[in-house]
Amino acid sequence: MDETVVDLSRLQFAITAFYHFLFVPLTLGLAFLLAIMESVYVMTGKQIYKDMVKFWGKLFGINFALGVTTGLTMEFQFGTNWAYYSHYVGDVFGAPLAIEGLMAFFLESTFIGLFFFGWDRLTRLQHLIVTWLVAIGSNLSALWILIANGWMQNPVGAEFNYETMRMEMSSFSELIFNPVAQVKFVHTVSAGYVTGAMFVLAISAYFMLKKRDLPFARRSFAIASSFGLASILSVIVLGDESGYELGDVQRTKLAVIEAEWDTHEAPAAFTLIGFPNEERMETDYAVKIPYALGLIATRSLDEEVTGIKDLIEEHEQRIRNGMQAYAILQQLKAGQDDAGTIAAFEEVKDDLGYGLLLKKYTNTVTDATEEQIAQAARDTIPAVAPMFWTFRIMVGLGFLMLFLIGASFYYASKHVVEHQTWLLKALIIALPAPWIACEMGWFVAEFGRQPWSIGEVLPTALSVSSRSASDLWMSLGAFIAFYSGLLVVELYLMFRFARLGPSCLKTGRYHFETQDSNGPGVGVPQQSLA
Amino acid sequence: MDYESLKLVWWVLIGVLLIGFAVTDGFDMGVVSLLKVLGKTDEERRIMLNSVGPHWDGNQVWFITAGGAIFAAWPIVYAVAFSGLYWALLLVLFALFFRPVGFEYRSKIESSRWRNNWDWLLTIGGAVPALVFGVAFGNLFLGLPFTLDELMQTRYLGSFWQLLSPFALLCGVVSLAMLAMHGATFLQLKTDEQLLVRARGMTLIAALVTLVAFLLAGVWLAFGIDGYSIQGALEPGAVMTPLDKQVQTGSVSWLVNYESYPLTLMAPIGAVLFLLGTGYLTLTHRAGLAFVCSSLAVALIICTAGFSLFPFIMPSSIDPVFSLTVWDVVSSEKTLGIMFVVALIFVPIVLAYTLWSYYKMWGVIREQDIHDNQVGMY
Repeated sequence: MDETVVDLSRLQFAITAFYHFLFVPLTLGLAFLLAIMESVYVMTGKQIYKDMVKFWGKLFGINFALGVTTGLTMEFQFGTNWAYYSHYVGDVFGAPLAIEGLMAFFLESTFIGLFFFGWDRLTRLQHLIVTWLVAIGSNLSALWILIANGWMQNPVGAEFNYETMRMEMSSFSELIFNPVAQVKFVHTVSAGYVTGAMFVLAISAYFMLKKRDLPFARRSFAIASSFGLASILSVIVLGDESGYELGDVQRTKLAVIEAEWDTHEAPAAFTLIGFPNEERMETDYAVKIPYALGLIATRSLDEEVTGIKDLIEEHEQRIRNGMQAYAILQQLKAGQDDAGTIAAFEEVKDDLGYGLLLKKYTNTVTDATEEQIAQAARDTIPAVAPMFWTFRIMVGLGFLMLFLIGASFYYASKHVVEHQTWLLKALIIALPAPWIACEMGWFVAEFGRQPWSIGEVLPTALSVSSRSASDLWMSLGAFIAFYSGLLVVELYLMFRFARLGPSCLKTGRYHFETQDSNGPGVGVPQQSLA
Repeated sequence: MDYESLKLVWWVLIGVLLIGFAVTDGFDMGVVSLLKVLGKTDEERRIMLNSVGPHWDGNQVWFITAGGAIFAAWPIVYAVAFSGLYWALLLVLFALFFRPVGFEYRSKIESSRWRNNWDWLLTIGGAVPALVFGVAFGNLFLGLPFTLDELMQTRYLGSFWQLLSPFALLCGVVSLAMLAMHGATFLQLKTDEQLLVRARGMTLIAALVTLVAFLLAGVWLAFGIDGYSIQGALEPGAVMTPLDKQVQTGSVSWLVNYESYPLTLMAPIGAVLFLLGTGYLTLTHRAGLAFVCSSLAVALIICTAGFSLFPFIMPSSIDPVFSLTVWDVVSSEKTLGIMFVVALIFVPIVLAYTLWSYYKMWGVIREQDIHDNQVGMY
């Protein structure tokens, strides 16, 4: 097993997924905002709402194109770089991906064409339905992807089959009603809605500060602030910590996020801030809030949150069981499949994955030394400090956005938001916040899943394709080059059209068209835009 | 339904998805790969882009769904094929990257340099995948250099350059010409004046190239390439891995299925007839029927490849015993059954709203339409 290849494969997946998720949340949120704006248009018949759909739709399209581009990679990357993973869990994991294509992605992608090109071909109501279907399609897409991802964190409804050497589905309903997946779905799409709201708020704030197209900006702002408020509350209240007591990986993740080295008496205190020290297994200068963690994580006062040291001990025992499971599996593979052997295997097969953790140290697994076992047990805990900090950045940004969106909603409902210069400026400065929070969230979810690709089932190190390190270096370089180049182009267009505002629709109704000059602060000659 | 039937059903379903991909996304890849050839002015190229504008994204989902379906139904094929053909697949992906952004961004800025660059990138986005898909299919007949061990870990022992053998390249030509023909036929439906005349000419040329290359590949397959066959008894309904069978190469031809099941001959014969039909209907200016013929030709060319390979999906050139077949690459009976139900429900729904979207966007796109809607059109 070549560790460089494992690390590079992880890095490539991380980078391509991070890039993809620069575009996904805005799609998820803006799609619903478009649908809401168009609903208002259809109900009131006011042209300005149609212009809003078209303008925000244009920005939506610029973003969507790169979402599609980067999404293509995701569908195939399990095969290219994670071949053993694909074989080992395709029977279970492939199903939600295929259903995503059939049920969601077709819907979204077919109707997005009609959304952009169907204005003159569809009735108002038909077009409205099309817009809603785009929004529903993109959200269904997220649902199936998060069912797949939730299964990686908490692999329910599946069993190992020694004959085919893979995990096979035992219950489809357990797979789709996986509580971890449900919680993740709500949390993730809500984060997307917040992203969409922050995007519309910040750009509308920019128009307000420039005193341009005020009726347009006010209406956009009002819709985004109320949609945003509901969404940010949903993200925070339905934060996915509630899914953290389900499955061993989630329990470990929780302990690591909170730097809970020891199991404390219930209810555990929440470490607000501190400096985790991996070597001594202590958190220096910890500031704690009593009861809070117990309440957040277990939703109770009497359940314990297991600490890291105890988890390592539990895992060491499971590794020993896993070695047995691996030994029996060898017998089964050699044809010794009598009822007794099968029964013995059934007994320990849930820990087979823990045995496979030893593959990193010894290919035969069963001859692992005590030292190797201890090391493998230690490996089951992801690095504490990065988890501890990224989680806190995410949460901090969440509360920052709660404050900004709350203030936006308050002043917008009082019709005085244009005069709150501080808020308008803060919204523009805080525009990157939802993206940073989303990426931090994914980091916590996926880095926190290590050393597993499928929790308790398949170690990441074993999941990779047998490509060479040079293949990986080249493809990684190519992905970074392609994506970064395209991102630069995307941002260029996004800024250009956002600055132009609704004037880019060339309706003759907006700022740069009703003024003689091109207006202050925008160096875009009007005739250069199609 | 028993396991054996489910295995066959999934072979058919994946075929359906691939055909759906080639028939729908095929014409938009064909159109953009001809962007520089047929479109002489910016307006003409915009007409071409907008002819597929509302549809290319939905069409592309056939490709994505085929990938997902192979993952779900044939996990080991997904693992072996995509990790083995690493650079070929990445090449396809990198080329496809240019399509969403190319369509969306190209006409947003009125600079001829900007647009010209995107036109080239879009051409790559259409032509390169069309070519590589053909080359990949060609290599299936030659066998791919991969191994499997008893943990089902796979290793690929070849390089990207080895894929570019003469026979595989010929298959690449079939695929590229076929999709160019299909794209040009679609343009006959959506254009007028000079562009229409050029589209007709291109349809004839591409149909002819497809026909010649297809026949040539058939002859080559019959006389120049060893087929694979399963040896001994095999229980098609059993749970098995690819290592649970014996395979021989050299004893039979890849065309043996056409002897055993003469009905399958309808695929290659039909492909030839529909290619001729596409040409004839183009000459007599019946664009609608020409497009139907072109679609059927595309579908039957893919069927011809599938029927010839059956039951093989990916033969191994290292040792025939590693070869992947319809019987031993499948997911569990439960997964295949559930996914079959899902497909039964959703494929008709997808087809229905896809047809509705084509119906709504039907009709010729003229220069005037572009002028009237500079902002909204690609």
